[in-house]
Amino acid sequence: MKYLKETATLKYFPEKCTGCGRCGEVCPHNVFSMSRGKAVVAHRDRCMECGACAKNCDFGAISVDAGVGCAAAVINGILRGTEPSCDCGGSSGSACCC
Amino acid sequence: MKIVSTIDTAQSLKPLQAGGVCCGPVLSTRGGPAMRSYPYNGRYPAWITGEINSAEGPVPVAATVLRPSEKFAHIRARVTNFRMRFSVEPGLYAVGSPDRSSDIFISANYKMSFDILRSSLHGMNAWILVLDTGGINVWCAAGKGTFGTDELVKRINSERISSLVDHRKVIVPQLGAPGVSAGQVKKSTGFHVLYGPVRASDIAGYVQSGYTASPEMRRMRFAVMDRLILTPMELNPAMKKLPYLIVVILLIFGLKPEGIFFRDALSGGVPFIAGAFGALFSGAFLAPALLPFIPFRSFALKGWVLSMAVFLLMINYVPLFMFESYYLTAIMLVFFPLLSSYLALQFTGASTYTNLSGVKKELKYGLPLYIGGTIIAVLLAAAYKIQEWGIL
Repeated sequence: MKYLKETATLKYFPEKCTGCGRCGEVCPHNVFSMSRGKAVVAHRDRCMECGACAKNCDFGAISVDAGVGCAAAVINGILRGTEPSCDCGGSSGSACCC
Repeated sequence: MKIVSTIDTAQSLKPLQAGGVCCGPVLSTRGGPAMRSYPYNGRYPAWITGEINSAEGPVPVAATVLRPSEKFAHIRARVTNFRMRFSVEPGLYAVGSPDRSSDIFISANYKMSFDILRSSLHGMNAWILVLDTGGINVWCAAGKGTFGTDELVKRINSERISSLVDHRKVIVPQLGAPGVSAGQVKKSTGFHVLYGPVRASDIAGYVQSGYTASPEMRRMRFAVMDRLILTPMELNPAMKKLPYLIVVILLIFGLKPEGIFFRDALSGGVPFIAGAFGALFSGAFLAPALLPFIPFRSFALKGWVLSMAVFLLMINYVPLFMFESYYLTAIMLVFFPLLSSYLALQFTGASTYTNLSGVKKELKYGLPLYIGGTIIAVLLAAAYKIQEWGIL
């Protein structure tokens, strides 16, 4: 299953990559593969912007505007004028995604 | 000795929110006053089978076989808001009889996360370090950062993991990686973060193959069962809002120049109430269930196309939906597929492959259409009433 094309904000700076392979290890969608001792963005459109790769790259070779792809969270954000928020007000009893 | 303990206690009272502040002194003390959290204070729930004596005091031992009542609680958590208060106390637990060389698995304090982990560790001897994620599962908590570097560092220190075991590695679920920086954990605590497989059921294989996960173990799936298990929490909140729509439908059909008539409300409203249930079922159940088989990548489009197909079939083949008035047919085809589309779009939150940028894009185009479509449906309803009353 693939989501919308060319929306992911994933950025990769190969000159900073040391080829440790951590990004490929943490990515749940196999976005990265290794080639000649460096990471390669092989499947950009599979990126779900979870941010695991950027968070675990000790060399700053990856950046991504991480967030949860959840319509309810985005709508919450629009209604409150904030960033997308999964926080449904805790005890309000609303049934939210996470 | 006494003085040392006092200092230790003083340290322990410092606020811990600045992750890392608490680290140094606590690391170096052993056998001081109980800094460690002691889950349930010894008054254990039934799934704790006893205690094990570790270098750092007693640790509760968790069963690795779930009792029927616990499995039932999982179903409740899948279907209702019971999930919001389905938690375990954070802290250190044992499964089997772990020792100084045993693995340490990190989990969240959503009880479902913890239960799935401990039952996957059946037959193994291991430690489980449960982070305080506010009762939220690993993946969602990692997205928010509550399952994260700071909390992990804090727990490794406060639970004195460095004197509990001789090795220096902790196994973090791969889906916790969005919140955890392995490099920073190493720097702050000396512990290597090993990312375990996505699914707890692969843990045995992961450990046996020398802590390496196959590419298959690293991939997040979204098979039909994964999707179906999530649909109750799509249907449930939608069902709660349905009565409002039903009241509006009854009002529209019951309203006459002479007043509101229940008989007309019912006879005219029933097909639309049935349609509302159909739209809900199509958007919140059928669309998630059939997700990969519906054309388009956009969830909003998937929901709309599927529902449009359902309603086209209904107005052509089901007598209840064969209206004499074109207005009614038009209302049904304008409003209900949009409602289903909106509900299907909500499923992006439960799906395992949508991204935030894409969802924003869908809403940018979708919201004006949802609002516009609703206005058109209302105008069509007004036109229908005008015609019915013979005003023009």
